[in-house]
Amino acid sequence: MTKVKSLEDLKKMREELKAKLTLRQNGDNVEELVQVKVSMATCGIASGAKEVMDVIIAELDSHAIDGVVTQTGCMGYCYAEPTIEVTVPGKDPVVFSYVDERRAREIVSKYIKAGELVDGILPVNYEKVD
Amino acid sequence: MDKFKYHILVCGGTGCRAAEGEMIVENLKKSIEVKNLENDVKVVTTGCFGFCEKGPIVKIVPDNTFYVQVKPSDAAELIEEHIIKGRKVDRLLYKDPKKAELISDSKHMGFYQKQIRIALKNCGFIDPENIQESIAVGGYDALAKVIGTMTQMEVINIIKDSGLRGRGGGGFPTGLKWELTYKNNSDQKYVVCNADEGDPGAFMDRSILEGDPHTVIEAMAICGYAIGATKGLVYIRAEYPLAIKRLKLAIDQAKEYGFLGNDIFGTEFSFDIELRYGAGAFVCGEETALIHSMEGLRGEPTLKPPFPAESGYMGKPTNVNNVETFANIPVIINKGSKWFSSIGTEKSKGTKVFALAGKVNNVGLIEVPMGITLREVIYEIGGGVKNGKKFKAVQTGGPSGGCLTEKHLDTPIDYDNLIAVGSMMGSGGMIVMDEDDCMVSVAKFYLEFTVEESCGKCAPCRIGNKRLHELLDKICHGKGTDEDLYNLKNLSQVIKDTALCGLGQTSPNPVLSTMDNFWNEYVEHVHEHKCTAGQCRALITYNIIEDKCVGCTACARVCPADAIFGEVKKLHTIDQETCIKCGACLEKCKFGAIYIK
Repeated sequence: MTKVKSLEDLKKMREELKAKLTLRQNGDNVEELVQVKVSMATCGIASGAKEVMDVIIAELDSHAIDGVVTQTGCMGYCYAEPTIEVTVPGKDPVVFSYVDERRAREIVSKYIKAGELVDGILPVNYEKVD
Repeated sequence: MDKFKYHILVCGGTGCRAAEGEMIVENLKKSIEVKNLENDVKVVTTGCFGFCEKGPIVKIVPDNTFYVQVKPSDAAELIEEHIIKGRKVDRLLYKDPKKAELISDSKHMGFYQKQIRIALKNCGFIDPENIQESIAVGGYDALAKVIGTMTQMEVINIIKDSGLRGRGGGGFPTGLKWELTYKNNSDQKYVVCNADEGDPGAFMDRSILEGDPHTVIEAMAICGYAIGATKGLVYIRAEYPLAIKRLKLAIDQAKEYGFLGNDIFGTEFSFDIELRYGAGAFVCGEETALIHSMEGLRGEPTLKPPFPAESGYMGKPTNVNNVETFANIPVIINKGSKWFSSIGTEKSKGTKVFALAGKVNNVGLIEVPMGITLREVIYEIGGGVKNGKKFKAVQTGGPSGGCLTEKHLDTPIDYDNLIAVGSMMGSGGMIVMDEDDCMVSVAKFYLEFTVEESCGKCAPCRIGNKRLHELLDKICHGKGTDEDLYNLKNLSQVIKDTALCGLGQTSPNPVLSTMDNFWNEYVEHVHEHKCTAGQCRALITYNIIEDKCVGCTACARVCPADAIFGEVKKLHTIDQETCIKCGACLEKCKFGAIYIK
C-alpha cells in the first residue's frame, strides 16, 4: 500500500471507492448485488448479530443470490436488536427489526428473493448529513 | 420479479397500537379480500415511525404516500380510493402546520428533522473495520484540507465560530480550548481523546468508536495540527473491548494509508496516536485525574488552574476533548462553521447524542438538534412511556445531573437551560422514570455510585457523600426526621461549594434536584412512613384483596418465608411480621388479588 501523498490522490481514491460502493448500492446489470448490513456494535453482537450474519451468508448461498454481507456500527435501534439493513438493487434500503435466525431466513426468502415485505420494518426516522 | 404491486405499512409502534393499529391492519386485510386483491397488495406492520403524535400512521409504497391519524373505519376507503382508483385520500394526508399545505411524502415532513445525525453520520452506514468505506464517504478529506490549505489559527477560528461546546457534559467552548493550548508554547504538546465514558446507562462514545473510529482519528489529527501537537492519546476504558479492537485496527489502517505517521499528505506535519487503558474508575473521566492515570499515577484530580492547556500530560500543554466532540470536527471543517451554527439554539450549537434508556418504549441511541424539547424526545422519538404508565421524571447528566419533571417537558434542551433547572447536559445519558420509581431511592442509587467512585482525596466528597448516603438510607427505611431533611440540603450545598473536582462538586445534584422537584415524596417518607411508588421495601406491605382472592394457594406455595396462610378456596392472609417483602406472591397471583400499600 503506497501512502496517500496529496489531497488529489485522496480525491481520486475516494471517487474510485465511491464507485465501488455505489456499484454495490445501486447494482447495475453487470453486478446485481444485494447488500446486507448487520448492525454490529457491542449491543448487536450481544443480542446475536454474529449468528444472524452467518445465517444470512449461508442463506444467500443456498438461494444462489449474489450478495455482500457486511458489518456496520450502531443504527440506534437498541430496542429492536438485532437489526439489519437490506438494499436490493434499484430499491431503497430497508431496515428490519428483531432479526433472529428464523427471521433472517424469512427475509432472504421473502424480501430479497420475492420482493415481498415482511412485518417488522423499521422506518428511518432521522436525517443524515452528507 | 416482485410479487406484490403495493405494500401497505401500518405502524406497529406501541403508541399507534394503543390507538387501534391492530384493528386497522385487520380492516385493511378484510377490504383487500373483498376486492380480491390478495395477490397484489400486502399489509405489513412496522416499527415506530417516530411520529407518534400523529398516529396511527399508514404508509403506502412504492409511491411513499404517508397517511396520518388513520382510523380502522378508514381502511375500506384507502383500498378503494388509493389502491384501486389511484387517488390520494386528502383528508388523511399530513398537513404542514407552517405552510398549510398537504404533504404526501414523508421525506418532506418536518418531523424527520427531529433527528439529525452529524456525530453518528457514519454509524450503521459504513463498515468500521474497513478504511476504504470511510474514505468513500469523505473520510480524511477535512484533514487533507486543513493540512494543505489552512493555517493553525484558521482552523481554530472555524471551530470557534461554529460554537461547538464540549460534549463530555461541561460545555466548554471547544475552539477556545484549542486556542489556549495553541498559545502555550512548548517543544511537545498532546491531544487527548477522553473515551472514559462512565455514566450509568450511557453508551454514546462507545457507539461512535465502534461504528466510526476513523472520524475520531481524523479529528484528533486535525486538532494536533491546529494546536501544534504531534502526539495523540486515546484514554479508553478497558471494559470496551470491541471499541478498542476497532480503534486499534483503524489506527493501523490510517498509518498504512499515510493519514497518521510522518509527513502526512506529503507535508511536514507528523502525528501519531496511542491508546491508554483506563481501569474503570469514574473519576478518571475528569481531565486532570485522567492525565494522572495516563502518567501511571493514581487517578486523582488536582486543582485547576493550572489547566491541562498549560500543564497537562507530562507537564506539557494538553488538549483534552471527549469522543463526541471530536466526531463533530471533520464535518464542521467540511461544511463550514455557518452551517453548523445554524443548527441548535443561541448558545448551544449543533446536535447532541443521547442514550435514551429507562421506562420508554423505543430505547435507543438518538442524535437530536439542541433546543429540542423533552416532550419531543420522549413521546415522539421514544414512543412514550412503557406500559402506558404515567411519566414522572427524566434523569439527565448521570450522577452529576438531576431530574427533570412534567413541568420541564417543554423546556428546550441545551446546556444553559438544563443548568437553570438544576440538572446538566452531562455526557448524554437520559433515563426515563415512571410512577413506579421512588425519587428518594433514585437519589440514593446515584449516591451509592458516587460513594463507590469517590477517589477519597478531598474530605467533602469522601466523607460528605457517605453521610448523604446514610441520611437517604435512613429516610428510605422510614426512620428519617425533619432534621435529616434539613441536613441533607445543607450538607449537599457544603459539598457543592467545597469539593475538589467536578465529581464532588456535582455529586449532590441528584439529591438537590429530587428535593426541589419531589419534596412531597421526601416528606411522605419522613412523616407518613410511606412510599407511594412501592420501591422502599421497609415502607411497603403486601396485602390481599378479599374480593379477588379465590384461595388457589399459589401465593402460599411460592412464599419463601412461609408468611401466607389460608385454606384451599378460602381467603388467604399475609403475616406482616414474617413477610420479607420479596414480591414473589404478587408475581404469582393470576387474579390480581395482591397489592402493595
